[in-house]
Amino acid sequence: MSSTAYFFQQFINALSLGSIYALVTIGLAMVFSILRLINFAHGDLMMIGSYAILMLFNAGLPVWTAILAGVAISGITGIIMERLCYRPLRGSAEMNTLLTSFAVVVLLENGAVLFFGPNTQPFGILNFIQPTLAVGSLLISKIDAITVVLTLAILILTALFIKKTTLGISMRAVADDLTASQLVGIPLNRVIVSAFFIGSLFAGLAGLLWSARAGKIFPLMGFIPVVKAFVAAVIGGFGSIPGAVIGGYVLGFAEVFFVALLPPDFQGYRDAFVFVLLIIILLVRPQGILGAKAMERRI
Amino acid sequence: MNINAISISFGGVKALDDYHLNLAPSRILGVIGPNGAGKTTLFNLITGFIRPDSGHIYFGDEEITHWEPHRIARKGISRSFQNICLFNRLSVIDNVIVGCQIRQHPSLLSALFKTPGFKRNEKKLRDSARRLLSVFGLEKQSDQRAMSLSYGDQRRLEIARALAARPKLLMIDEPAAGMNPRETEDLLALILKLRIEFDLTIILIEHNMNLVMPLCETIQVLNYGRLVAEGTPAEIQQNPEVIDAYLGDENDIASHGS
Repeated sequence: MSSTAYFFQQFINALSLGSIYALVTIGLAMVFSILRLINFAHGDLMMIGSYAILMLFNAGLPVWTAILAGVAISGITGIIMERLCYRPLRGSAEMNTLLTSFAVVVLLENGAVLFFGPNTQPFGILNFIQPTLAVGSLLISKIDAITVVLTLAILILTALFIKKTTLGISMRAVADDLTASQLVGIPLNRVIVSAFFIGSLFAGLAGLLWSARAGKIFPLMGFIPVVKAFVAAVIGGFGSIPGAVIGGYVLGFAEVFFVALLPPDFQGYRDAFVFVLLIIILLVRPQGILGAKAMERRI
Repeated sequence: MNINAISISFGGVKALDDYHLNLAPSRILGVIGPNGAGKTTLFNLITGFIRPDSGHIYFGDEEITHWEPHRIARKGISRSFQNICLFNRLSVIDNVIVGCQIRQHPSLLSALFKTPGFKRNEKKLRDSARRLLSVFGLEKQSDQRAMSLSYGDQRRLEIARALAARPKLLMIDEPAAGMNPRETEDLLALILKLRIEFDLTIILIEHNMNLVMPLCETIQVLNYGRLVAEGTPAEIQQNPEVIDAYLGDENDIASHGS
């Protein structure tokens, strides 16, 4: 294989991984921008979505129905999570809600171990899609292509939603000034529930794509992606939604090209590399790419 | 609007003590008094932002004393703020749209799936926001960020946002603060116009007597949380206690005006 072709394939691979990170990070950033809550249980919504899709599929539902229902279940789980775990703590210190999110992680992950068993299960429901697509002399993973196109469509819709619709404008208003938004009569709960729902739908979808990529699911599978999404959010500037997208793609590219360019012996350290990247960014530009001053321009 | 004997204290300080108000629809009430007299506290109580220790607040025939702020806003009470409280990073028109949404709240699902009814509503909201901006002469700035407006424009945008909710009662907190006499005159004309156009009951907190005296039909004077006097502008100007506590003598009033 020529080096150009190799580069191009890695490029698609990075776009695809970055897309998944972007999808997960948007949800994290949306909730953070409104509530100043870093919801580490966000990754477990990917896990719940994936298990729901697999179970519904195994129960005999057509694959697309199972996917839609599974993603919806992830969205609804997000709403329930907000209602049961975070709303009672509304107004308390950020540290308390952060710790609560860790409690939710422990609860959901161990609940999943109890409920689904601790073992890794194969996740092959998208295997009917032909593995590769030939573009000239290039072979592209079809799942990667779908991931990239689907994510781009979702990103455009999300941008329109936030920019144009009343609900989107309200989200920005609440993020801008919580007190003022209550006094002009913005229904805060509706805005918060919407942010959780949208973020959780995206997490469910990201869960599907992540699991299809990995070919397996297990109860603790949400941990790594949420930590990566956290890194992506820091890279982009925490709380900024465009920043979340940029951070997701930057991380995807950094990770893939790290693995592609280094000798095989080092490839096991890809996650370590991600966290070194986090440390460097926190040292050099703690506000992230679109953080602080630039964040004022984000809307 | 009917307020019955509300009191509230912060720590040992009585911010409002046994305060009463009976305001008929379509009237304009001015609330004056020295700084710290409890004027803004009164606004915060009416809008549900803080709760009274005792007493009752009625709006129309409903008691709203313990309602949530957004519910009170939805019932038809809007306000502007003494220290401007706009969404700085949002555009001018988005600030108004946010204020409009009290009247109709799109469900998330209709927003996600962009139903035709939802699109119609969104367009209606945007159109009515644009019309409102033109009443305030802000239509040219509609895509600028709120923070980039001049001080006077920010004040007017705040009133526009408050009006977007189509309130029955509009409460304005020191709108003329920092305005020159010319701008104050324009503001006076604007408020009179809005009152007729939107059929408003208005409560105004203001130190600038050039605005209060010609505008208000009734004036209440607060001092240290107590209602010192209530009457027409002419009566208030004659009231010895008020002159003593707040207005000062004739010469002071004259100098206040210049």
